[in-house]
Amino acid sequence: MTQALQELGTYLETKRSNCVLGWDISFDELTIDVAPNHIVEFVEFLKNDPTCKFSTLVDVTAVDYPDRAKRFDVVYHFLSMYQNHRIRLRVSIREDETLPSIVDVHPSSNWFEREVFDMFGILFTGHPDLRRLLTDYGFRGYPLRKDFPTTGYTEVRYDEAQKRVVYEPVKLTQEYRQFDFMSPWEGAEYILPGDEKEGAK
Amino acid sequence: MMDGSKGFEDAQTGEQKIRNFNINFGPQHPAAHGVLRLVLELDGEIVERCDPHIGLLHRGTEKLMESRTYLQNLPYFDRLDYVAPMNQEHAWCLAIEKLCGVEVPRRASLIRVLYSEIGRVLNHLLNVTTQAMDVGALTPPLWGFEEREKLMGFYERACGARLHAAYFRPGGVHQDIPDALIDDIEEWAIEFPARLKDIDDLLTENRIFKQRNADIGVVTEEDIQNFGFSGVMVRGSGFAWDLRRAQPYECYDEFEFQIPVGKNGDCYDRYLCRMEEMRQSVHIIRQAVVKLREATGDVLARGKLTPPKRSDMKTSMEALIHHFKLYTEGFHVPAGEVYAAVEAPKGEFGVYLVADGTNKPYRAKLRAPGFLHLQAMDHIASGHQLADVAAIIGTMDVVFGEIDR
Repeated sequence: MTQALQELGTYLETKRSNCVLGWDISFDELTIDVAPNHIVEFVEFLKNDPTCKFSTLVDVTAVDYPDRAKRFDVVYHFLSMYQNHRIRLRVSIREDETLPSIVDVHPSSNWFEREVFDMFGILFTGHPDLRRLLTDYGFRGYPLRKDFPTTGYTEVRYDEAQKRVVYEPVKLTQEYRQFDFMSPWEGAEYILPGDEKEGAK
Repeated sequence: MMDGSKGFEDAQTGEQKIRNFNINFGPQHPAAHGVLRLVLELDGEIVERCDPHIGLLHRGTEKLMESRTYLQNLPYFDRLDYVAPMNQEHAWCLAIEKLCGVEVPRRASLIRVLYSEIGRVLNHLLNVTTQAMDVGALTPPLWGFEEREKLMGFYERACGARLHAAYFRPGGVHQDIPDALIDDIEEWAIEFPARLKDIDDLLTENRIFKQRNADIGVVTEEDIQNFGFSGVMVRGSGFAWDLRRAQPYECYDEFEFQIPVGKNGDCYDRYLCRMEEMRQSVHIIRQAVVKLREATGDVLARGKLTPPKRSDMKTSMEALIHHFKLYTEGFHVPAGEVYAAVEAPKGEFGVYLVADGTNKPYRAKLRAPGFLHLQAMDHIASGHQLADVAAIIGTMDVVFGEIDR
């Protein structure tokens, strides 16, 4: 299995050296880092090349790393039902960058890209219909970014007086419980209560 | 002056006034299988455009998972596709086991296969019978739900819950199943084909059922690739693709079963596929039962991922500490990213897991098969009658728990 992926990785690197920034195999899965401006070209190549034939788009998603300069990783998964193998493409982009849409090559990316836009605020150029998908009509913010609180900003309830659903800022009777499991002996990034004076020394 | 040279300003006849009509289908429609809102543009009774609005059941599962431990996240998977809960848990466990490199004991593996197949029957029973209800038959759901009831009984006897099982755990299954349960499952598997035949007799050659399903919602091989279909949506079109066979996980490679395929790719063929898949699942269940009688042993790979034995906790301080730490802090998963997929009853259900070495997933993406199937709604339903929309939604097997997440 790994042998075949190794061959595939080298093959892709030689064939499309301008697109492939790097590749590695871990857990029997091939991951390829692709240059953002070449993504459409590369996906098209993967779809049509007879040794690859990655004709099915399995998934498009993103991962947010707020500390990095290139904040988002957009991750594509492809499957070939003909060659029976899978591949993962990873594209790193900055927060203010846009990414070309692959909807012309894979119509199934339509909703995936809408979801990524909805959840992360990444814009896809050339997408025919980039509306929000899963969140409420008129929702603001990008929920899956790491700086978005899990509780959100607004809550809804039915108002008996106004006879309609009203939107209000979130009121928590108890603070949202985010437990910190880091052991204080293993590099916790805060000062333990009572240790404040120790830190000042 | 009546030659029309001034242009036509008279009152128009009814025929001239026809314009396309937009209607809302759902979100509170019994055939919408949950909370689906379709904005349909109709030309008479023909669907011209179909825009599904989803997200009415969005609970932010992926966001919630980022602030919970791996074990606490497991029950969320029951709430995705709540028709066949254990199949979803399976993908999560496989992803974690892949990252940690844990080998599942044989008995646990067999139990997983057994319950995955029970889940498949659960799902197909619901889908086939409610789809029949969507096209006008009232009896099949009543018969099907009786069998589902028995299967949920097996769920309950294994894990204590009829629906939200939380039974598959990273490293095995939560508890061993008693021999009596294995006997009862076998007994059920022997008599179930007769019940299936009742439904079969009622539907397969039924004139109305055939008229409503044959040649409706035809899916071609090109559609499969373009829209990323999986599961029965693929097999109904004659494409023998099944992850259990193509990329075997767990111990499916040692089971004997056949992959039914359709011929025309229409709703009727998908119905036939589901019926046959149920028979194949029963076949697998019976094999698993036989193997389970021989494979006695532990059902958890004892280690960091799993709790110690109850008896050890009575005597060993380390075991007690381990138990406490496991259920408060949870286990740590080494950094890395994996994609693990299972052949869920609805298609390929996958988990893309990014771990950063702590006790919580950094990012978990749930890839639901129904999401892609519903996306193709516009493509498949266009040109069909309004009444066929219900049949197509039924055959796509959409459940909003997994689509909206």
